Amino acid sequence: MNQDSTKISLTNRSKVVSNKKMTLLERFYLPAIFKGMFITFSHFFKKEVTIQYPEEKRKFSDIYRGLHVLKLDDEGRERCTACGLCALSCPAEAITMIAAERKEDEKDLYREEKYAAVYEINMLRCIFCGDCESACPKEAIFLTDRLVPSEYKRDKFIYGKDVLVEKKDARVDVSKRQTPEVLEFKKDKSKLHNK
Amino acid sequence: MLTQYLFFFLSAVALISAVMVLLSKKPIHSVLYLTLTFFTLAGHYILLNAQFLAVVHIIVYAGAIMVLFLFTVMLLNLNIEGEFQKSTLMKFVAALAGGMIFLVLIGTLKSFDVSIVSNPEMTQIGLVKNLGKTLYSEYLMPFELSSILFLSAMVGAVMLGKKDKN
Amino acid sequence: MDIHFILYKLILAAAILLLSLVIAMYATLFERKIAGFFQDRLGPNRAGTFGLLQPVADGVKLFFKEEFMPANADKVLYILGPSLTMLVALLASAVIPWGGTLMIGGHEYALQVADVNIGVLYVFAVISIGVYGVMIGGWASNNKYALMGAVRAASQMISYELAMSMSIVTIVMTSGSLSLNDIVAQQHGMNWNVFTQPIGFVVFLICAFAETNRSPFDLPECETELIGGYHTEYSSMKLGFYLFAEYINIFISSAMISSLYFGGYNFPFMNDLGLSHNMVTILGTVALFAKISFFGFVFMWVRWTLPRFRYDQLMRFGWKGLMPWAMANMILTGFFHLLFKK
Repeated sequence: MNQDSTKISLTNRSKVVSNKKMTLLERFYLPAIFKGMFITFSHFFKKEVTIQYPEEKRKFSDIYRGLHVLKLDDEGRERCTACGLCALSCPAEAITMIAAERKEDEKDLYREEKYAAVYEINMLRCIFCGDCESACPKEAIFLTDRLVPSEYKRDKFIYGKDVLVEKKDARVDVSKRQTPEVLEFKKDKSKLHNK
Repeated sequence: MLTQYLFFFLSAVALISAVMVLLSKKPIHSVLYLTLTFFTLAGHYILLNAQFLAVVHIIVYAGAIMVLFLFTVMLLNLNIEGEFQKSTLMKFVAALAGGMIFLVLIGTLKSFDVSIVSNPEMTQIGLVKNLGKTLYSEYLMPFELSSILFLSAMVGAVMLGKKDKN
Repeated sequence: MDIHFILYKLILAAAILLLSLVIAMYATLFERKIAGFFQDRLGPNRAGTFGLLQPVADGVKLFFKEEFMPANADKVLYILGPSLTMLVALLASAVIPWGGTLMIGGHEYALQVADVNIGVLYVFAVISIGVYGVMIGGWASNNKYALMGAVRAASQMISYELAMSMSIVTIVMTSGSLSLNDIVAQQHGMNWNVFTQPIGFVVFLICAFAETNRSPFDLPECETELIGGYHTEYSSMKLGFYLFAEYINIFISSAMISSLYFGGYNFPFMNDLGLSHNMVTILGTVALFAKISFFGFVFMWVRWTLPRFRYDQLMRFGWKGLMPWAMANMILTGFFHLLFKK
């Protein structure tokens, strides 16, 4: 059988291992050693790939999936209506919430009649898949290009509304996440999560 | 004056460590004390202005032979419980044999004319050049013979260590 | 033996001791920096600019770590091991000529602690007792891996010592002296031994790698097989001593290679520049340290290039590879020496 037809090379750099008898020069190993030394030496002058983190930050993609944000609408009211779809869609079961009914005098705080009194994401469970974002019918939760900072205690990683909800005077820009494809996808709620 | 103090110091260390070779319970300690004895002997050679002998003494005895000793002793599992018991007869015979060797040594030393070198710094026999000349002229025959002895010993060791093909 | 002489020797010895320690300290940093550059990384750069305070930080860390001693360890030998390693590593620097002579106030001061007429043999002796520290430490730890590492180290050192001695013997044959000072002085004016002894140099270099337990001969502390080898059970500054001694050994080996094969403190055109005697000496010392740094770099370069030997390969290479070459080199040198030099 011809084996060559089944061989698939992805890089064209693979070499077939052979145990052929070495020539005298090869048996000295010195040429091969010098070749290796030359290769390492050439790396001496290459650009370092290190990114020195706190001072220097890697450029994130526009649709990077990092720390969540609970968006406010243009008038500064919370968009979340505590429907629970995000918690339902979450594969890691990281999201919990307790819903409450909006009082008359809270109209400028919450957009819908029902709102999340408690909204918690366990950042140690979260896998940053972004399913909550795509599940949300109110466009209330988004993942951002911010990172979850490190902590010394585990319970500090359960983020409540105090961290997740964006501040009125310090809005988190998620407009870059709304690529035409995303907007198109969000139009048709029947497709995936709302079925 | 300084050399005299050094001599007494080295002799004391040599004697103490030589006794400790016999007295210490652990074989490893014995080996290390023996190494220390060799070092003090090398020091004595230096006091006699025989630097070559001193260094060769360290290289050969401390650097090679004692390392091999240490090697074997480390790999042997010699615990204190595992120390084999000697019968009274064995002890008696051993003491007798050792004592006789001691007597022979003393007898040899007595009959030997011990010439005391009055000024060891002035003798140049221990230096490399003179030693080499003496070895390769006066004592050429024994020197070459001993090298043949070493060679045959080496060949013998390789023969013993070789696996039997059959 | 006036007080003047003793003072000068004391100052020189202290200076060289201090220098070896500081160089060993910074060799750890350079090793890590160079490893970083070879791997397209930056290496340590947080402690001080360019990480210059990193060795200090490492030292402080080692001092403050827990002193651990295995329950059934032989206490005296356990402490003796690293101490001996450190002591022996520092001993060899005594006979290396660090430069020519300095003329200060009508006196001539040689930059060598002890110009023994058997300098080369002294270095041999120091190398051959270098095994003890490792073996004692490995055995006293009462640990299988430590013992195996110690046994490996000892047998490796003994095996490679032979080929190393033979390559030095050829140098002694051509120069006709056992004094390192003479050997260096004879290489004056680019008469470097490396040109007449290329095979000897290669053998010596390889053996130097093996004697310092450096990669590709770092089997004694091969972490994939033996955890940490002979220093598995060591912590705190005792471990520090072992690691430190390795870098001092690199420094001394580089100095030996430079002195034996690359002219030591000699540099090209040293008498044609019309400089004063002291200036030439100082420049010579600088040249020696440049050579030492280069070989130190080679040590690190090889470490981050070549993979580790397998144990049987190591032994085969030492006995069946290097030994015949060293012997052939010795015989050839003797032959040519008889034929042409007489």
